[in-house]
Amino acid sequence: MYPDNFRYTKEHEWVHAQGDAASVGITDHAQSELGDIVYVDLPKIGSKVEAGKSLGSVESVKAVSDIYSPVSGEVTGINETLATAPEKLNTDPHGEAWLVKIKLSAPAELDGLMTAADYQTYIGAEK
Amino acid sequence: MVDFGGWDMPVQYTGIIDEHCAVRNAVGLFDVSHMGEIELRGPEAAKLADFATTNAIAKLQTGQAHYSGLLYDHGGFVDDILVHKVADDHYFLCVNASNQDKDFEHIRSLNRFDATVENTGSRYTQLAVQGPKAKATLQKLTGVDLSAIKYYWFTDGEAAGTAARIAHTGYTGEDGFEIYVPPAEAERIWKLVMDAGSEFGIKPCGLGARNTLRLEAKMALYGHEIDASISPFEADLAWIVKLDKGDFNGRAALLKQKEAGIRRKLVGFEMRGRGIGRDGYEVFLDGAAAGWVTSGSPSPTLNKNIGLCYLPVEHAVPGKAIHIMIRNQPVEAVTVETPFYKRAK
Repeated sequence: MYPDNFRYTKEHEWVHAQGDAASVGITDHAQSELGDIVYVDLPKIGSKVEAGKSLGSVESVKAVSDIYSPVSGEVTGINETLATAPEKLNTDPHGEAWLVKIKLSAPAELDGLMTAADYQTYIGAEK
Repeated sequence: MVDFGGWDMPVQYTGIIDEHCAVRNAVGLFDVSHMGEIELRGPEAAKLADFATTNAIAKLQTGQAHYSGLLYDHGGFVDDILVHKVADDHYFLCVNASNQDKDFEHIRSLNRFDATVENTGSRYTQLAVQGPKAKATLQKLTGVDLSAIKYYWFTDGEAAGTAARIAHTGYTGEDGFEIYVPPAEAERIWKLVMDAGSEFGIKPCGLGARNTLRLEAKMALYGHEIDASISPFEADLAWIVKLDKGDFNGRAALLKQKEAGIRRKLVGFEMRGRGIGRDGYEVFLDGAAAGWVTSGSPSPTLNKNIGLCYLPVEHAVPGKAIHIMIRNQPVEAVTVETPFYKRAK
């Protein structure tokens, strides 16, 4: 369920880095808690993001939630399909429904994030 | 699960939209055991009920129920409730979970009658079976002829061999029943209702769908459309206020308000721009802050983003262009007729 090659945050985002290029999304646990997702707001390509700062928001039928960037860097891509098909976040949050691509400015930040095993322990304890 | 007034309540089971549509198209089952019950008994139980509530108790026949308000002296809501007339000397009130202790103390403080007030919430579990297939589902569990129970009437009978108060009431805008059973039997009856409804595609429904369903039907939710600062006239609930029935708590304040006129009123809106106007968001009219959103959500039935808001009374009419401040951005919306959804009879 939670890929071993991803890193995870306490706010339920994931990051998948290959070199200094990373994809970022929200976890399956997050989409399950949010329920039916109806809007996804993402930053502009080229904007700078900072670890722990808001990257955008996802809105479900019941509430709107901020997405916090797991890493710092520059946004190099956004998942345009989510504008018209936000429900994909409910079905494939770790794959097709990635949110943004980021060129990492501080790859060492990844070391401070949770592994898949850590994250599963974390969400198990949160319940 | 979320904590709701001390109760662990499921917000959703299979998803709010899925559950919502099950109720509109077939049948859904809600565990609403958190709802409170208060019972008034004694020779003057009717007098107490009439003095404590806004609707006319004299109009209720035995076996009939109505929606009503409990008000403070100043005319604001203590709670909104359902009053069931069990007998001339026995009234059964269904009240909001988080308000039940407050309601109980409030009614007791008004009791200068030959009547007793009892907080009996722990004796009942309420299950709501709602949707066009609710009757066919519940009928399998009871010998009571459900077709004979008119809307907003109830029968004390049995369900699955257990004493049950079966009320033709609901909080979804759909046809359906609310049943009150002993807590020890609730889990068994829940399972039996789920089995009985399986041929219709019954879904267990959580608080999330309960909220979207009641919003489409423009039914008030305490803490949102109504609270201590809001009067029934402001909340567009004048129909539950019977000023000519005799004295009741809050009447003097309401009379004054009626003479002076209200300044703000609840009105429905639909989003025109992209976004959802949610509870607490500011509403702007001609560029100036003019009111606030009480509830807002996507409407799964209408496929629009809808909501309710308070606006100055002269603007609380359909067809007004408004803006709702969504995360510091004004987003276009328009006031509309309510209810947003009305079931075909």
